Amino acid sequence: MSDTHQHSIRFVRESMLPEQEPPATERGVIKWMRENMFSNIPNGILTLIALYAVYAILSGLLPWLLNGIWDAPSIRACREILDGQTGGCFAVLTERWNQLLFGFKYPNHLYWRPTVAFVLLFVAIAPVLFYNTFPRQMLIFTALYPFVAYWLIWGGSILVPIFALVGFGVGYIVYSKYVAQSFAMGFFGGIAGALVTWWLTGMIPVEGVLAMEAVPSRDMGGFMLNLILGTVCVSLSIPFGIALALGRQSDMPFIKWICVVFIEFIRGVPLITLLFVASVVLAYFLPPGTNFDLILRVIIMITMFASAYIAEVIRGGLAALPKGQYEAADSLGLDYAQSMRLIILPQALKISIPGIVNVAVGLFKDTTLVSVISMFDLVGMIRGPILASTEWNGVYWELLGFASFLFFITCYGISQYSQWLERQLNTDHR
Amino acid sequence: MKKSVILGALTVAGLAAGAAGAATLDDVKARGKLNCGVTTGLVGFAAPDANGEWDGFDVGVCRAVAAAVLGDPAAVEFVPTTGKTRFTALASGEIDMLARNTTWTFSRDTDLKFDFVGVNYYDGQGFMVPKALGVSSAKELDGATVCIQTGTTTELNLADFFRSNNMEYTPVPIETNAEAQQQYLAGACDVYTTDASGLAATRAAFEAPGDHVVLPEIVSKEPLGPLVRHGDNDWGDIVRWTLNALIAAEELGVTSANIEELSAGTDNPEINRLLGTEGNLGEMIGLDAGWGKAAIAAGGNYGELFEKNIGENTPIALSRGLNAQWTDGGLLYAPPFR
Repeated sequence: MSDTHQHSIRFVRESMLPEQEPPATERGVIKWMRENMFSNIPNGILTLIALYAVYAILSGLLPWLLNGIWDAPSIRACREILDGQTGGCFAVLTERWNQLLFGFKYPNHLYWRPTVAFVLLFVAIAPVLFYNTFPRQMLIFTALYPFVAYWLIWGGSILVPIFALVGFGVGYIVYSKYVAQSFAMGFFGGIAGALVTWWLTGMIPVEGVLAMEAVPSRDMGGFMLNLILGTVCVSLSIPFGIALALGRQSDMPFIKWICVVFIEFIRGVPLITLLFVASVVLAYFLPPGTNFDLILRVIIMITMFASAYIAEVIRGGLAALPKGQYEAADSLGLDYAQSMRLIILPQALKISIPGIVNVAVGLFKDTTLVSVISMFDLVGMIRGPILASTEWNGVYWELLGFASFLFFITCYGISQYSQWLERQLNTDHR
Repeated sequence: MKKSVILGALTVAGLAAGAAGAATLDDVKARGKLNCGVTTGLVGFAAPDANGEWDGFDVGVCRAVAAAVLGDPAAVEFVPTTGKTRFTALASGEIDMLARNTTWTFSRDTDLKFDFVGVNYYDGQGFMVPKALGVSSAKELDGATVCIQTGTTTELNLADFFRSNNMEYTPVPIETNAEAQQQYLAGACDVYTTDASGLAATRAAFEAPGDHVVLPEIVSKEPLGPLVRHGDNDWGDIVRWTLNALIAAEELGVTSANIEELSAGTDNPEINRLLGTEGNLGEMIGLDAGWGKAAIAAGGNYGELFEKNIGENTPIALSRGLNAQWTDGGLLYAPPFR
């Protein structure tokens, strides 16, 4: 049997052929291009069109970027240096760099203060954002940070932020003393304690005690103002948003309707209207001569606006939880505060993260709206003083491109963080 | 609609202002600073420079008033206002005067309860076209596409002008001056129309300003001037006569260069009265005798302010035109200092 084939086969290879490379069309770049870019005729055409578009954009953009002028006193000088060639006039960024970052009235010799506050911001939020990596003791610094930052940016006597801090401390002590008896008693007692402390300390003259040079609010500007408004309003609006969302689900009609009316009213009004109210109308309601800080008014308005949106996002998260979770909490004998804190909110907030981040990113960009009430944030600086100077009138792309770049970095950072956080918290097995 | 809301808010403002209104002069002196409302930035008229110092033609008026009242041209708190916040800022007492290229109109002077104290720049709506279009008069613009800012009086003026000359046009609505600049340069419209000073500033920012011409026709009256709250006439007088002092100084040949020399006493009694070496004009308005001298020394006379900020040697290159002294065929005519 074994040799039946021997006569029917004329040639038997006895040694292995050396390995050959796959044909050129089936390997490397060419294979990848065949599969991904030119797999059929329509795709091939689309690839060519896309390549042309990329080329057209880059050929316009690269000379503009690479040939840019970084040192010139005015747009006319830029144009003289360029002499008809393409190139951006980035000299405006170098000349007005400090104004773009700090506004045009913040004293030059004090720039280090907001810079330090900015660096400390990262130290303060690190233990909140990356709670696994950093020691929990750092949270103490986080709690102190608002007062430190206020003192650094606004200056003045150190007693002002200290008294503010003492007020919160007293409020917390009163709260923790009475909360065991009843939550409402602790809550309102704490607020009353803080208010009384502030009222008492308000009567102590603090002028000049351990003071740094004070900078009034109207001197704040540039990207610093966007960051101040963005950070403060986002961090304030999350707790307010949670409270509003819970209030809206409450069984107590009074609280429920206050929350519903607040949320629906604020959501129904454009932010810019609220800002106008803050800057213009409030001046008439307040007694003549009172000087209610403009930044504070704007912070209140933006926070109200953002908390209404965040409340709705969190309500979405609460509604997405199965009813069994609530019932499970009840069956364990937890009271309302405990069940919310330990069972409901951790799950609801996790679901709400994309929505909250969405609101935060939108809010951060909305801070540029303050330029319409003549506050000089980054966009206000560009549209007002810089474009209106005789030297730089006409430089649009460079300035607005720079502003977009700064905002993009910040917003992209926020969005990347939220995706990381979602992966961290992903405990279900989808 | 927008306008009526603002007017409504201003009615409330007017009521509130009555309470805040008395004795601005005392307030300013007590504060040691003049709160002067300016634009958030308008080329040549008001803008902070790289060091944060405000500079410009309107700013010059603020500094002159501060110098007259407080003796120090730097004793000014510049409050930047937008077109929307400027009137409420003045009515609520946040600012003592507004020098923000604001057009003097009937309703603003009467209904909004303000007093315009004079005119520091006579503006008017003009047209800019590319030279290549070969147009030399606005009357030849039949059938043109026109870039126009929506919701402004310029839009209405444009419609009136074309209708009264029996011409057709296609409007290209735009929001801001910056947008207009891009649209016009991109050729989206043949003509750009706004106030003549704005056209000059816009043209100055072009890469090739020589390729564009501003047509000679001016189709509206835009007298821009500083204003104060209605009801405090003493304060209004101070601002009015400070502006007049700047104008009269040019007419009388008093400049920041020769003011020291002239204030030693001259043969011209009007100069002496203006500079406070004769008569008691300062006393009459509740200021020092040297108020006029201080106001002029702050930034020079009207002509000097004009030349320094928006005149022909600046990139904006506005000619004096209507803003020349009456002796040179312009409209500037300061009442006598007597």
